[in-house]
Amino acid sequence: MSKSEMNWAAIDADPRFQALHAKKTRFLWGLMILSMAYYFLLPIGTAYYADFFKTTIWGPFNVGLLFALSQFVVAWVIAAVYAKRANTEFDAMAQEIINDAHNIK
Amino acid sequence: MNFKQILSSLPLLAASSLAFAEGGAVADEWKWLTFLVFGGIIALTMYITFWASKRVHSTTEFYAAGRSISGAQNGWAIAGDYLSAASFLGIAGLISLFGYDGFMYSVGFLVAYITVLLVIAEPCRNIGKYTLGDILAFRNNPKASKTIAAISTITVSIFYLTAQMVGGGVLIKTLIGIDYEVSVIGVGILMLAYVVFGGMVATTWVQIVKAILLVIASLVLVALVWAPYGFSLPGFLDGVVHNDGIQKQVAKLIGNAAANMTPEELGQRFLEPGLFLKNPIDQISLGMALVLGTAGLPHILMRFFTVPNAKEARKSVVWAMAIIGGFYVLTLFLGMGAALNVGPANIIALDKGGNMAAPILAQYLGGGADSMMGNFFLAFVAAVAFATIVAVVAGLVLASASAMAHDIYVGVIRGNHASAEEQVKAARISSVIVGIVAIVIGIAAKGQNVAHLVGMAFAVAASGNLPAVFLTLYWKRCNTGGIVLGMLVGSFSAIGLVMMSPNLTYPQAVIKEAKAVLEGTPAKEAVAAKESAGFVCELFAVCQNKEGAKPATEAKPGAIEKLAKLNASMATMADPAALEKAKKDAGKLEKEIKKAQDDLKKFEGQTTSIVGLEKPFFRLKNPGILSIPLGFLCVIVGSLLFRDKRAEEMWDELYVRQNTGIHAEGATAH
Repeated sequence: MSKSEMNWAAIDADPRFQALHAKKTRFLWGLMILSMAYYFLLPIGTAYYADFFKTTIWGPFNVGLLFALSQFVVAWVIAAVYAKRANTEFDAMAQEIINDAHNIK
Repeated sequence: MNFKQILSSLPLLAASSLAFAEGGAVADEWKWLTFLVFGGIIALTMYITFWASKRVHSTTEFYAAGRSISGAQNGWAIAGDYLSAASFLGIAGLISLFGYDGFMYSVGFLVAYITVLLVIAEPCRNIGKYTLGDILAFRNNPKASKTIAAISTITVSIFYLTAQMVGGGVLIKTLIGIDYEVSVIGVGILMLAYVVFGGMVATTWVQIVKAILLVIASLVLVALVWAPYGFSLPGFLDGVVHNDGIQKQVAKLIGNAAANMTPEELGQRFLEPGLFLKNPIDQISLGMALVLGTAGLPHILMRFFTVPNAKEARKSVVWAMAIIGGFYVLTLFLGMGAALNVGPANIIALDKGGNMAAPILAQYLGGGADSMMGNFFLAFVAAVAFATIVAVVAGLVLASASAMAHDIYVGVIRGNHASAEEQVKAARISSVIVGIVAIVIGIAAKGQNVAHLVGMAFAVAASGNLPAVFLTLYWKRCNTGGIVLGMLVGSFSAIGLVMMSPNLTYPQAVIKEAKAVLEGTPAKEAVAAKESAGFVCELFAVCQNKEGAKPATEAKPGAIEKLAKLNASMATMADPAALEKAKKDAGKLEKEIKKAQDDLKKFEGQTTSIVGLEKPFFRLKNPGILSIPLGFLCVIVGSLLFRDKRAEEMWDELYVRQNTGIHAEGATAH
């Protein structure tokens, strides 16, 4: 298939593409803002809530260490959540548009 | 205390702060073992290169490994590319010296991949070909965007690369005593062999092998460090809290405040924030550069073109996050384990930045400096660190060479009219040029303070590249005017701010410090805390920034005076043990005196830093908090000021293609 065959503006305007776009945008920005907010809590917490971070909870293990380790878990969970949604939902929606792309005029 | 010198914007092998170990950490009788392990790893990578060289004929194979790397493989390769000596040795070192704060660096390096995963990897894979320039040229003016992207790629890569080369040279010298120049040339030649003969295929597999070795080495060390505590987390941390060496290190770090604390409190302090990172604005600034900069690093972006499609690109980031995150969790145990078993004082004695923490821990766990296993472990970790540097540098050289050959030569000079053979030839020649430049810079930068360079690479990537890529992908009005203005202003402001920051060497401060070591310091009265005159004052040295109260300090004698006293008392010492200790102390003092005198000589008559400042004008070490918003703002302003019909017309196509992958560059048939 040659590239000139595609009517990009029409695909862009297609309700299926618009639906994918809307879903993806909302989901991605939600995750992005969530992950950034959670990450920047770490420098803010160590700087302004030092006493809370020093509270020991499990032997010498303190809130600060727990929070730092939780950052890893949260990053992994966000990656997993995104990958799952993209693999199942977004890919299928995109595939439908790809299959029909030539007919969208 | 000399810690100011090693405070760097990012942890890495700080060449300037190296405490030189004569002949290296490995004793001469065990050198053969080291060479054997090094030889083994080098032979393995050479075999990979030989194998790969038969598979590299076209440009797609040279730059993108034929787009036939799987998601999982690419995930390992990204980890191999990203876990540089700076993060492996540097972060373990920082944790071993400063505890909790060192670990905080690890977090930012992982979270960075969320940005890569969510907004960068898949769209870039869908619309790009080989380089950052290809992504930007999709809708912007191709020649203008390729030119500026190439300049930025080469700049960022050279910063990163110089830090790696200098770090590598210093590492090899410290560990096995090979001359700095010889190691730099060795790293350069090896890396050139991978890139020139094996292109992206060899580079990818060297990175994969190296990442696997790194993970295995770290797992073994962590298992050995943790096993005595029955793999109990509180048990292990309890060991840290009650460790004498760690308590002493904390006492040294916090100075007078230590006087009223019990040994347990001092040990516990090691697990709490604030021993290294003291300025929250600086930390947020660093965090911004990390989480946005990684997505703008050309050598990382380039990796996404090696997989067949966007789905595999996504998979590779998920794999990379699992590997990189897992590794960074291990650094907590590596660093703390080194502090526990080897002791911060001994780590500092080898290298002030703590970079030798992991290798020395390996030697200790294997059985110590006199045992065969100890030296084998050390050799193995050192060889992995060496492979790390070579693999990372290879990735950087490939990124620079692709910018030079594909963007500038083929794209701009030849207007995309170059035959396939010419393109591969241009790629190889560019690799050789960049490789030679890397070697020359590596040698020229010997003994220089390169600590700010990796930070600068991240800052430029976050302030220049990321806003341009991001807005090109997601903002309809973005155009050529915007990305040119944004990349120029973003990059130059990041570089400019670092050049005015405390990262650089300021001769007056060094001289003052050296004099304090030699002649001692007089008693000082307590100083009350000062209030900040505003947010701007926290960034620039134009008005009073916030300063904590300083307690009164007593006069301290200088090293010369201390040495004289010690020598006098040694004459009357009868106890052999006491005499031995006194001799050791005298040796330490002599070293301190020599270093201070060398510093005085080196900076004699100089009053300003290389940009002509007597003291830092920009107060932060990390420019991101200013330069990143500025980069975004300039892309927006530039786009609104200029009109670019092509950028507008191409928007629909770009947006559809980046979301669906229609017409994305496919894998080459095999």
